[in-house]
Amino acid sequence: MGCEQSGKTCLLQGNEAIVEGALAAGCRFFAGYPITPASEIAELMSMRLPEVGGAFIQMEDEIAGIGAVIGASLAGVKSLTATSGPGFSLMQENLGFACITETPCVIVNVMRGGPSTGLPTSPAQGDVMQARWGTHGTHPIIVLSVSSVIDSFEVTIHAFNISEKYRIPVILLSDEVVAHTRESITIPDKSEFEVVNRIRPGVPPEWFHPYEDNSRGVPPMAAFGDGYRHHITGLVHDVHGYPTQRPDEIDAFQRRQFRKITNGFSEIQMTRSVMLDDADIAVIAYGSVSRSALRAIKMARERGIKAGLLHLTTLFPFPRRIVDPVLRKCRAVLVPEMNLGQISREVKRVNLSAKVEKLNRLDGQLITPEEIFEKLLTL
Amino acid sequence: MNDDRYEIRFGGSGGQGIILAAVIVAEAAAVYDHKYVSQTQSYGPEARGGKSKAEVVISSREIDYPKVIKMDFLLAMNQTALDAYFYDFKPNGLLVVDSTFVEQLPTSRVIAIPFTRMARELGRELVANVVALGAVGRLCPAVSEDSLQKAVLNRVPPKTVELNSRAFAAGAEAAAAFDLSSLPRSITPDEEQEI
Amino acid sequence: MTEKTIAESARLRHEYLRHDKKFPHVWCPGCGIGIILGSLIRAVDRLGLNKDKLVLASGIGCSGRLPVYVDFNTIHTTHGRALTFATGIKLANPALNVITVMGDGDATAIGGNHFIHAARRNINLTAIIINNQIYGMTGGQYSPTTPYGSLSATSTYGHIEHAFSISDLAITAGASYVAKGTVYHVPALDKLITGGIEKEGFSVIEIMSNCHTQYGRRNKMPDPVTMMKWFRDQAVSVTKAAKMAPDELAEKFIIGVLADRDKPSYTTEYQHIRDRALKVAKNE
Repeated sequence: MGCEQSGKTCLLQGNEAIVEGALAAGCRFFAGYPITPASEIAELMSMRLPEVGGAFIQMEDEIAGIGAVIGASLAGVKSLTATSGPGFSLMQENLGFACITETPCVIVNVMRGGPSTGLPTSPAQGDVMQARWGTHGTHPIIVLSVSSVIDSFEVTIHAFNISEKYRIPVILLSDEVVAHTRESITIPDKSEFEVVNRIRPGVPPEWFHPYEDNSRGVPPMAAFGDGYRHHITGLVHDVHGYPTQRPDEIDAFQRRQFRKITNGFSEIQMTRSVMLDDADIAVIAYGSVSRSALRAIKMARERGIKAGLLHLTTLFPFPRRIVDPVLRKCRAVLVPEMNLGQISREVKRVNLSAKVEKLNRLDGQLITPEEIFEKLLTL
Repeated sequence: MNDDRYEIRFGGSGGQGIILAAVIVAEAAAVYDHKYVSQTQSYGPEARGGKSKAEVVISSREIDYPKVIKMDFLLAMNQTALDAYFYDFKPNGLLVVDSTFVEQLPTSRVIAIPFTRMARELGRELVANVVALGAVGRLCPAVSEDSLQKAVLNRVPPKTVELNSRAFAAGAEAAAAFDLSSLPRSITPDEEQEI
Repeated sequence: MTEKTIAESARLRHEYLRHDKKFPHVWCPGCGIGIILGSLIRAVDRLGLNKDKLVLASGIGCSGRLPVYVDFNTIHTTHGRALTFATGIKLANPALNVITVMGDGDATAIGGNHFIHAARRNINLTAIIINNQIYGMTGGQYSPTTPYGSLSATSTYGHIEHAFSISDLAITAGASYVAKGTVYHVPALDKLITGGIEKEGFSVIEIMSNCHTQYGRRNKMPDPVTMMKWFRDQAVSVTKAAKMAPDELAEKFIIGVLADRDKPSYTTEYQHIRDRALKVAKNE
């Protein structure tokens, strides 16, 4: 287990690659609670973090896990927690706290069948809308997905980078297939990927307003202990961080949350196009299903069908500006998902006149290339 | 499809070391043979005794779909696993069974070796999976025997290296006694074969 | 008040209260929380703690509004979860002094699980629990410490559940230091809080406080003075209680330091884990 040496090829599970990605991104704190199929992340973190001077703690439940993660991040340390459906449900309230306090952190949800205890050892993609809307209130959030071991490594680094840069919690959706599939990976050298750290205040403490707007909409963030004694609250707050009920301050605060993300769409919205240039039919997929979709479009191409794939890494903010041209160009788009249609709705919303077809499985089994191929033949 | 996927499935009961065996094959192919691999498994909630299935896909190119589509190679360590996991077997695939526990064979493209009995004779029933890996190394064209042996010895506890290398050698030797070319080329007649 | 104490009080206010925070505060006139805030500030001052390295975390409720007034690193978290955030802060930067302030419902109902596990782990935090025996901010519903038989917004026929003792719970769960005080016995309270902050490991200071607005009003103690008198009459010091028979103590509660034990804190233990992990990693 583990693959600390860069340049060495080793065999890792998706869950293990998330750990390596997190460590590479500078994560030095993990708090969580055991749950299938995410536990390997905690296990490996408990081994690796103390080696690099970080800290791991197994908390009494997932509520405590994310609480500790937010606390550690406020103390200036990049932090991660990992869970699956039931634990992710428990985390929702504190997730909102991370949103309103603009605290960077990464939350991995390895999706399994639900609702409730559901199918602990089988894959599903039923938590997509929960990831977007699970915590209450109007809030932006970033949801990324992974489809392979290499993805698990690379997208985890992106997740931390975006979280730090925009001061926002990032949810990383994996699924049981990706989490437990072992693939070969060569951990790149540190010089080969970018690591982004949150911007800290440069002004003297008496000039520091922790939530003051700027052109990016992302205020610099002081860590507890840095000498900038400030207040953090889950109440809507003014630029000083103090609770406010003034409508103008509330509105400015809420809108800034969205503006800062909108400003970053071009780098936040990550997708990959495969054989889309001349495609007249497209599959839009994410997570492990995108692997089946990739094979299905190759099968279709062999039969002379001009099929292409739009693989979504970013699910939210939904990359509508990338999806839209695909919908305009193709006579039909297929969205296969291991749910009854969550991303397919988002796709449909982009262009109501486009032909958007669904292919769904709810039985705890990965959708196969054959199924997608067969469906493509009917479109 | 224009690729060279080689698809392997191992089936047995929980505790027989099926998943570990598949991980070792994947490691041999990835780390020592520098091929693309994808290794997956499925298991029930019970830690011991339930059916367990592990798969490895090996290719010289990046692997899209990570699981087995049509098996080139099936290793079945008991009858229940064989019955459950024989589906998706390619007509020209190769079935290897542990004849200690398997009596009914669904195909004539089969090689039967008593892995568990051999392991008992070596002194530890627990190394039946390594005996089987010895046979895999000899019979499976997608992974080299050398790499597989290295991967086995790299994974096992240092104190058991000697026992495990004997187990691996015993499996390889038993497999060497079979002539693959004497097996029927395919389990379906030529004219019925689809590409 | 003498001139000297007035000057001292002004100094403490200037030194420790935030100058840019809009007053008035949210608490009712006569609320016990203000007394506790004063005690906490005096304890911090007495210990000479660096404000930059001091974190004050709270949950939700009237107690949750305490940190915002104080010039430390402050955080007002979610209901019941102050200890979880504090755990992350402490573990991420053990050089910080982390104090949490919670209410009875906050710490022992919704946050009960975190409370017993923080005590079991013996993580180096100070937990000030303001026990006013009621949910004050939400309008006077019963809490885990509302006495049997008393009236509240959700026990209008009389309360049929039994209160549990926060201090006893903390002792059983493994806290290094457990003390109980009241807002009537203020000089003693200053010392109890000082002792808790100084102690390595998990420290709990349970403070009986008056919510005359929501609890007292419904239970024949409608003003702060009546409630103060009740604390005065019900509280028995540890030393005095040792000489009393159990039936004499039946209606009373004991104040003072109830447990003070030396055992390594979680952060100390975790440093050993780091050292061990580093050694293993080097040998590989």
